[in-house]
Amino acid sequence: MNWNAWVPLLVVISSLLPGLIIFGLAEDKVRLRVALNLFGALSKLVLVSWMIWGVYQGYHYETRLPLLPNLELVLRAGPLALLFVSLSTILWLVTTVYAIGYLEDSPHRSRFFGFFSLCVTATVGVALAGNLITFLLFYELLTLATYPLIVHRGTEEARQAGQTYLRYTISGGALLLIGTVWLYSLTGTLEFTPKGFLSNLGEQHYPALITIFALLIAGLGVKAALVPLHGWLPKAMIAPAPVSALLHAVAVVKAGAFGIIRVVYDVFGVEFAAALGVLAPLAWLAAFTIIYGSLRALFQDDLKRRLAYSTISQVSYITLGVAIAGPIATIGGVVHLVHQGLMKITLFFCAGNLAETLGIHKISEMNGVGRRMPWTMAAFTIGAFGMIGAPPIAGFISKWYLGLGALNTGQSWVILVLAGSSLLNAAYFLPILHRAWFMPSPESWPHEHPGEHKGEHRDKHYWGHKETTWALLLPPLVTAAMALAAGLLVTMPFSPLEWAKLISVREFYQP
Amino acid sequence: MAMQNAFMAFPWAVALILLPLTGAICCFLFPRISRALGLITSFAIVVSVVGLGWQLLEHGSYRHAVGGWGAPLGIELYADGLSLLMLATTALVGFAISVYSTTYFKPALAVRFWPIWMCLLAALNALFLSADIFNLYVTLELLGLSAVALTALTGSKEALSGAMRYLLATLLASLAYLLGVTLLYHSFGSVDITILAQQMQAYHAATSSVTPAVWAALGLMAAGLMLKTAIFPLHFWLPPAHGSAPAPVSALLSALVVKASFYILLRLWFTLFEPLVDGEAINTMMGLLGCAAILWGSVQAMRQTRLKLLIAYSTVAQIGYLFLVFPLTASMGSTAWNGVAYLIISHALAKSAMFLCAGNLLCFGGHDRIADLDRVVQRLPLTAAAFALAGVSIMGLPPSGGFIGKWLLLEAAVTQGRWDIAAVMMLGGLLAAAYIFKVIGHTFIQAPVTHEAQPVSASMQWSALLLAIGAMLLGFLSLPVLSLLNISDITLASGVGS
Repeated sequence: MNWNAWVPLLVVISSLLPGLIIFGLAEDKVRLRVALNLFGALSKLVLVSWMIWGVYQGYHYETRLPLLPNLELVLRAGPLALLFVSLSTILWLVTTVYAIGYLEDSPHRSRFFGFFSLCVTATVGVALAGNLITFLLFYELLTLATYPLIVHRGTEEARQAGQTYLRYTISGGALLLIGTVWLYSLTGTLEFTPKGFLSNLGEQHYPALITIFALLIAGLGVKAALVPLHGWLPKAMIAPAPVSALLHAVAVVKAGAFGIIRVVYDVFGVEFAAALGVLAPLAWLAAFTIIYGSLRALFQDDLKRRLAYSTISQVSYITLGVAIAGPIATIGGVVHLVHQGLMKITLFFCAGNLAETLGIHKISEMNGVGRRMPWTMAAFTIGAFGMIGAPPIAGFISKWYLGLGALNTGQSWVILVLAGSSLLNAAYFLPILHRAWFMPSPESWPHEHPGEHKGEHRDKHYWGHKETTWALLLPPLVTAAMALAAGLLVTMPFSPLEWAKLISVREFYQP
Repeated sequence: MAMQNAFMAFPWAVALILLPLTGAICCFLFPRISRALGLITSFAIVVSVVGLGWQLLEHGSYRHAVGGWGAPLGIELYADGLSLLMLATTALVGFAISVYSTTYFKPALAVRFWPIWMCLLAALNALFLSADIFNLYVTLELLGLSAVALTALTGSKEALSGAMRYLLATLLASLAYLLGVTLLYHSFGSVDITILAQQMQAYHAATSSVTPAVWAALGLMAAGLMLKTAIFPLHFWLPPAHGSAPAPVSALLSALVVKASFYILLRLWFTLFEPLVDGEAINTMMGLLGCAAILWGSVQAMRQTRLKLLIAYSTVAQIGYLFLVFPLTASMGSTAWNGVAYLIISHALAKSAMFLCAGNLLCFGGHDRIADLDRVVQRLPLTAAAFALAGVSIMGLPPSGGFIGKWLLLEAAVTQGRWDIAAVMMLGGLLAAAYIFKVIGHTFIQAPVTHEAQPVSASMQWSALLLAIGAMLLGFLSLPVLSLLNISDITLASGVGS
């Protein structure tokens, strides 16, 4: 019995099964639900660590199940898959803890955590997918699993945000589907292969291949929030904070960006795509999105909306790194998949803490909040500086490699984009930090969490009468520390950068 | 061993027809226990289909001369992969509907429902097993009449007018079909499909022309069957009938009854007519009608404010997909063919689940206005889940049977360069998502008008949910299902008897 063939499937099931059980749980079974959530998250972590260890030892993890005539459902643990899968596994664990704290005493928690688990299942499936149809399957599942989370609050506004979200994502999915079918009819295979599986097609197919590339990128660009396909993202901010955190850092947006990486590297092959001439337009689009997102972020007063536009901008760094089509830029783009996740989830956790504890939703209400919630704001500060690209935080590493990669391939205009974007990042993050740390705090906060109803237990739940509950405070601290560590310890083995280098070498230098 | 031999030799095909007929008579004679009788019969049908499936797997396609008298004198039953799948779908959906109906109908209605429902099942099973065009007519007529009777079951004004339209349409359609049968019988002296196909081809080979009688028969039969299948623009009778019938009846009408006439159309077209006539023009026309149905049905579904009508128009749209088999099978048979067969099955499961959900919602809130589906997700979670899962299959999103069917059809369309068809299919999928999520969106939020909720029985909720889960699971079962489908190919059916 070869167990290695089942490990990738088990990774998927480790969140699917708890999720399905949670759907059936009564609302008041809090302990059991928490236990199931944590059990799922932890067992996934163990399985993924096992796979990473195994891949280092030279084992091969691949699950194949029949899906269609001549097409299989393939889950495979390659280097790129492992990078994304470990990111989502770790952040899922953290977000689960956060969500448990955030949604304490709120209604419909079984429904929420059920879909939350499904959402992670889909993300892990996207990460492990070994061919385009498996990718498509989980990509669509992700759309379906996130919808109930976006409309979770059950208001008319939430419903409309959900409809907008679907209008974009389902249309994107349709484009992806038609592109996939077309590709399949040309090649008869959809298996992800390093350097792609298209380069031996005849030249008469090149126009078709360019159209297919456009279809696939448009379909993926919706989730990756490439301008002009980004409209759903700011609206989806209506969702509860843990959902926004997950959507922006791990699940939806990342699935899109990850898909672009897959299509360029493992379907077309980066050199073939560059020869087709499709990467340059993609790079311009990404560059435009980077600047546009940052500009729009400048003018948002709502904290979560500002973060949303910042995401639009930051995720396109990944696309840019891919589209520059050079080994060093690849490292920058791929590693940003992880770095942006760590930093952005920190920022969203902090925004959620402010909203949940003090009722702060707007930047103009953040005066002096650093003294009220120092730890939260410290984490926020690390995230913000990381986004700006200040060393030694993770974001600096990404930008460094992106810039170096652009110079290396002779596309110096990218440096201007990076510099401009960093300036804009500073322009919209530094005022927040200034307000939080240096402005005097107001008499009272917009809507301070009472905490009194816990009576004498208050000290147990609130940290030194000041900050917020442990479950809300720990996650941003952990992720901020990871963002810092990813920057400080870049040369350690198993660091995201080392993985990204491995992936780049595999794509560019191996025969 | 003897057990197994007896199992293999048992005429399961005959049982499939006799069981529901006996059930109908018993339900009529013993109305007090009709519920139990109906349920037992439905279950026995499931067992018989398993038996028949076993036989087919062992021996390939199956012929049974009833009473020992074969064609051309007696009645022959015939089963191949396609009939087996249709029978299996009927048995499963039928069983779920029976379970649902045990608590749905109040005793006064139940007395009328069960005998007619059993008749309808008998008609369906006989139809899928018939080997000659006259028997097909008989089963078609029995099917139509029992379907009309079920539509009118409640006796409300709305139901009666819907049923009346349905009755006129179905009678007209049967009449047209019967005329076609007489024309063919007059020309070739047989009603057995296999013999007819041989005669027609022999005549065609000898004279290399197609007689006006054959053309007329083709026109009449196709028109009648298309009217019964409710393909655009002949769908006018469907929404009022399906929208006003009791929920389990709507479910079986949409899931099974319209598929039956489509099944005959498929059989006759590909075995009798297509080898003779130049199919190009007709195939194109069928494809056009299919495309129009997809778009028109979906747009109409989006505009509805009542759930049952929305689902009924969705059926109009989904029937359109089935007609795409005609233009797409022309050059590459198996992919489009498999796709349509898959769509038939998954639509049957998903659509019946949807109508059962609509029935639950009607029981629950006393209305089916979409805008007032007040937080159903929380208050009736099983039903909401069933509706959503069935919706995923209808939209053709993975993982579901609908996705597999759509993928295969798309693959056929793209391979043959039929971008127009591919585009319509994609658009149809988007529109389907629009109308289904319109419903789902409203189930999440609080409606302006709240209402008193009535309890909905567990069997009603679970039968809907299990059907929907079945439609989901089909997304992972394509290989076994398709291998069943290809037990004996339709294009070979003409050669089987010789």
